[in-house]
Amino acid sequence: MQAFEYVAAKSISEAIDLLSERGDQARILSGGTDLIVQVREKRRSLELMVDVKQIPEVNEISHSSADGLVLGASTPCYKIYNDPDIKSAYPGLIDAVSIIGGIQVQGRASVGGNLCNASPAADSTPALIVLDATCVIAGPSGTREVAAKDFCTAPGQTTMENGEFLTSIKIPTPDTNSSSFYLRFIPRNEMDIAVVGAGASVVLDESHKSFVSAHVALGAVAPTPLYAEEASNLLSGQEISDEIINQAAEAAQAIARPISDMRGTANQRKHLVGVLTRRALNGAVNRVKETK
Amino acid sequence: MSKKTHVQTEINGEGIEFLCEPRQSLLEVLRDELHLTGAKEGCNNGNCGACTVLMGDRIVNSCIVLGVEAEGEKIETIEGIATSEGLHPIQQKFLEHAALQCGICTPGFIVSSKALLEQNPTPSEEDVRFWLAGNLCRCTGYHKIVEAVMDAAKALNTEVADNA
Amino acid sequence: MPEDKEFKVIGTRPIRHDGIDKVTGRAAYGADIHFPDMLHGKVLRSPYAHARIKSIDISKASSHPAVKCIITSDDLPLVEDTITELGETVINLKYLSDNILASDKALYKGHPVAAVAATDPYAAEEAINMIEVDYEILEPVLDVRQAMEPDAPVLHESLKTESMGKGEDQSQNVASHSQRKHGDLEAGFAAADIIVERDFSTATIHQGYIETHNATAQYNEDGELTVWCSTQGAFGVRDQLSKILKMPVSKIKVVPMEIGGGFGGKVQVYIKPIAALLAMKTRKPVKMTMTRTEVFEGTGPAPGSYIRVKLGADKTGKITAAEAHLIFEAGAYPGSAVGAGSLCIFAPYKIDNLQIDGYDVVLNKPKSSAYRAPGAPNACFASECVIDEICQKLDMDPIEFRLINGAKEGDRRCDGPIYPKIGYLETVEAAQQHGHYAESIDKTPNGKLRGRGVASGFWMNGGGRSSVTINVNADGRINLIEGSTDIGGTRASIAMQAAEVLGLSSEDIMPAVVDTDSVGYTGVTGGSRTTFATGIAAINAAENIRAQMIGVVANHWELKPSDVKFKDGTFLAQKNGEELQMTFKEVAAVAGGPLVGSVTASPGGAGNGFATHIVDLEVDSETGKVDILRYTAIQDVGRAIHPSYAEGQVEGGVAQGVGWALSEGYLYNDEGHMTNASFLDYRMPTSYDLPSIETVLVEVPNPGHPYGVRGAGEVPLVPPLAAIANAVSRAIGVRMTELPMSPDRVLEAMGSI
Repeated sequence: MQAFEYVAAKSISEAIDLLSERGDQARILSGGTDLIVQVREKRRSLELMVDVKQIPEVNEISHSSADGLVLGASTPCYKIYNDPDIKSAYPGLIDAVSIIGGIQVQGRASVGGNLCNASPAADSTPALIVLDATCVIAGPSGTREVAAKDFCTAPGQTTMENGEFLTSIKIPTPDTNSSSFYLRFIPRNEMDIAVVGAGASVVLDESHKSFVSAHVALGAVAPTPLYAEEASNLLSGQEISDEIINQAAEAAQAIARPISDMRGTANQRKHLVGVLTRRALNGAVNRVKETK
Repeated sequence: MSKKTHVQTEINGEGIEFLCEPRQSLLEVLRDELHLTGAKEGCNNGNCGACTVLMGDRIVNSCIVLGVEAEGEKIETIEGIATSEGLHPIQQKFLEHAALQCGICTPGFIVSSKALLEQNPTPSEEDVRFWLAGNLCRCTGYHKIVEAVMDAAKALNTEVADNA
Repeated sequence: MPEDKEFKVIGTRPIRHDGIDKVTGRAAYGADIHFPDMLHGKVLRSPYAHARIKSIDISKASSHPAVKCIITSDDLPLVEDTITELGETVINLKYLSDNILASDKALYKGHPVAAVAATDPYAAEEAINMIEVDYEILEPVLDVRQAMEPDAPVLHESLKTESMGKGEDQSQNVASHSQRKHGDLEAGFAAADIIVERDFSTATIHQGYIETHNATAQYNEDGELTVWCSTQGAFGVRDQLSKILKMPVSKIKVVPMEIGGGFGGKVQVYIKPIAALLAMKTRKPVKMTMTRTEVFEGTGPAPGSYIRVKLGADKTGKITAAEAHLIFEAGAYPGSAVGAGSLCIFAPYKIDNLQIDGYDVVLNKPKSSAYRAPGAPNACFASECVIDEICQKLDMDPIEFRLINGAKEGDRRCDGPIYPKIGYLETVEAAQQHGHYAESIDKTPNGKLRGRGVASGFWMNGGGRSSVTINVNADGRINLIEGSTDIGGTRASIAMQAAEVLGLSSEDIMPAVVDTDSVGYTGVTGGSRTTFATGIAAINAAENIRAQMIGVVANHWELKPSDVKFKDGTFLAQKNGEELQMTFKEVAAVAGGPLVGSVTASPGGAGNGFATHIVDLEVDSETGKVDILRYTAIQDVGRAIHPSYAEGQVEGGVAQGVGWALSEGYLYNDEGHMTNASFLDYRMPTSYDLPSIETVLVEVPNPGHPYGVRGAGEVPLVPPLAAIANAVSRAIGVRMTELPMSPDRVLEAMGSI
């Protein structure tokens, strides 16, 4: 592996200074489960890793009525799924972080890192999108917020500029009669990169017979995770039925533009978008019905 | 070669210091600098678990942790599992159930299993299989490993009950 | 399995002797070795699948301050065009040497081209990237059927097809064509009421051992070379090094470290001669380990294959004729396991009319190597699937079919030998009587399809040479010195056989696996031979010791040796009307010196192995995902010395079969680069992908071994591919003929995509 320097930043401003100074030769180190592998396999070269695990704001979990959940970007997966408040409010996020890479990877990997790595197949991103998550970015010009669905711009690329980094992710407090669900298709039962991923969140009416609103997001079927706007919108106000869920699944399939690679074929992926969208929506609906 | 960093950490209950380059993984440091060769390299990219160690109370793939990230951490390796009193029940059950053949994956499985039973003292077979999915074994088909871990859970719970 | 009252130790499950070291991390594997002044070696590998090497410029790399030595194939001695043995296969020495460091052509991506020794591993990596190689890129050929075309790119200009023992004229990629024939094929098919013919294909597969290859070499000023390494056979390594480096065998000592899996892939040498050469030139210890990517690209995978099987049966279910064509990937050099596959393909059955043609074809992939019953999983995948289809067409129970056609003692195997006592039908009967088979398998209503598959398998098993020395200590515990590296618990199974002879317990034996200077010649741990052949050597050594002890006791009691009997661990005699007795340990105490017994044995009578497997699985019809629900593996092991480790062989082989059937396979791009050379995308089953595996050990003792042992290690990988394919085929109603049966292929077969 190439030689590089390492600094454990103690504050957000220290991290910003280091990133600004070194530009694309510096990279944030969170869990390292993607970054270290990329540098070792020569898929990325850098001069400096800026470790953010000692910056309090980037590693804390807090809840407030104004912001909902504020999740430090570097919080490892295991802290998320062991948090009872997150488990009850955002089960779709828990679905995602419980299946990234195996228990050892979950001991280190963070949702922020997963987002910033910007793989089209990232598991956490579709879950964050359907939960209306907002990415809080700190940089030399101050702090700004970007919706999770706009954060990734191309494979491996995000909307962040030189000197900026992701400090936290905000997820609004869920409505009553709502829930979320994420699942992916992989060839084995664990340890694989998603062939297709699908996240869904739903808000139902009091009777649990109709959708008030819904969100559907897809992973691994385009250069970035996709928010399925038409599929999401067509469920608003509709009575829950197999037919309407099928329509949403078809609308989701229509926006998917998958490729064929060593993890799956384009046809297979297109087909799976339909299957997983149905399963994600039904999963979210059933969760509302079961828990409330 | 770049300048080495001085790291202070705790390994198997002992304060340890070492020098390493930032690019050296914790696995490389354990094996090549500290001569704790129990953790093994199987893939070097976080996909086989042969390098599993405990950091804090979490299992991690030491091949994708930097040596410098060990600063201030509490690390436990296979070498720290048995004590002066003898083998850990998990180690004993692995032997009784013949849950190893070539043994290269065994340190990783034992460390992972120990963490499982500390998090969940009464796992179901599915819990065990899911938890251990990050540890690859090519020899055993996992059958006897799962049996050994389930039996170790019983033994540990009996111990706890006896000591209560 | 019921406790065997016949034996005291055999059939019990003692803790293995090396167990504590392995569960505490103390056991020393090859990569654990460390010398204070050691250098680190690294290999430069061809980035092209097929290229002529025009020149290699090492000048820049040589100027790197940390580099002590650089070598290319010019540093290897020229070797002859001769065949040499290699565990279960053979190889031409010229090819073996060329595979170590390429001479005029790079024949696969990953083919070593040069190597460097440097003071630290990072410097070695930097240095190899400074070596400048001028390649003339050639078109690669990556599919065996294309490689057989007359206009295919040719790998070896000097290679001419050897067809049925005769050389042919045209240079091309077909290294050999063999044929086995018996009876009258035409008449046999004419007599059939039903004929099924199918084409099958399997992907290139890796053994997947978790420990990568390693070698540390040191060359002393007196010309002695020592190599510490992970290997299935230290003596085999010594032989290969001797031939490749043109050194006398006695100047080479190979020290086998503990081995982290082999499955046939750690018999041939790859980096050991490189480490040795670097050590010889630098006069420092040189340590080398492979990365996982190097293991995938630069060692010896199991061959991909195309197999056509045509089977005819009459309406009573009796097979009337069988025909097979097997085309195997040899990889870059000739020598795939197509011969072994050809002899295994119909082995469980009595067939009067058959013909089997096998083709060994080179192409631009790493040279194939042995993987657990090499050739047989591929071959029996094809034959057992066709059998299943015939059963479906005849509406006949697949177990019934096997009872009708199963081979037994006295029947002739397709390649000639008459079967001695074998236990195939016993495995079929056990399957028929097993609770698993009695339970019906339902199709479930929730979009999942269930199916059950049955398949059988065979492996001939090997004998070969093993040597054992036993030393008796004054306290009666014995050292058992042997040369069989312990991959799966054989220290225990060998020790237990000696213990049984001497009436001792397993804990009284201290087995040690030693280097090539310290024990007589011992063949590889492979070929399912170790518990059998090294066991016989241990038994013979123990009998030798027992005879010596009878002499000691006789002397002690002032009797003749013929007056002394040995029973249940006790020496007995009658003297002056008195019953005299002494235990083994009491005799050892009065022996007045160590007792040493050394034996070398090359036993025949290895005893064939058979198995029958049953698998139930479920297909998610919307995704094509297959989940194994229940697996029962029934195998004749002759006699299970240590049942846990015999079961372990079965369980492990089944798991490998699940991977081969459903998720594993080398993927290549058009340039001939393996795109999934990591454990992320070369998908081996995890614990979450498998259910518990039920193993039934049938015991039809092998007359060729004093305790009835049959080799057990390889048969387990033979049935699973077809068992799983048959189950999927029955679940979805479409015959699956291509492995792996990945989810997209299942969806395609169902017409969903």
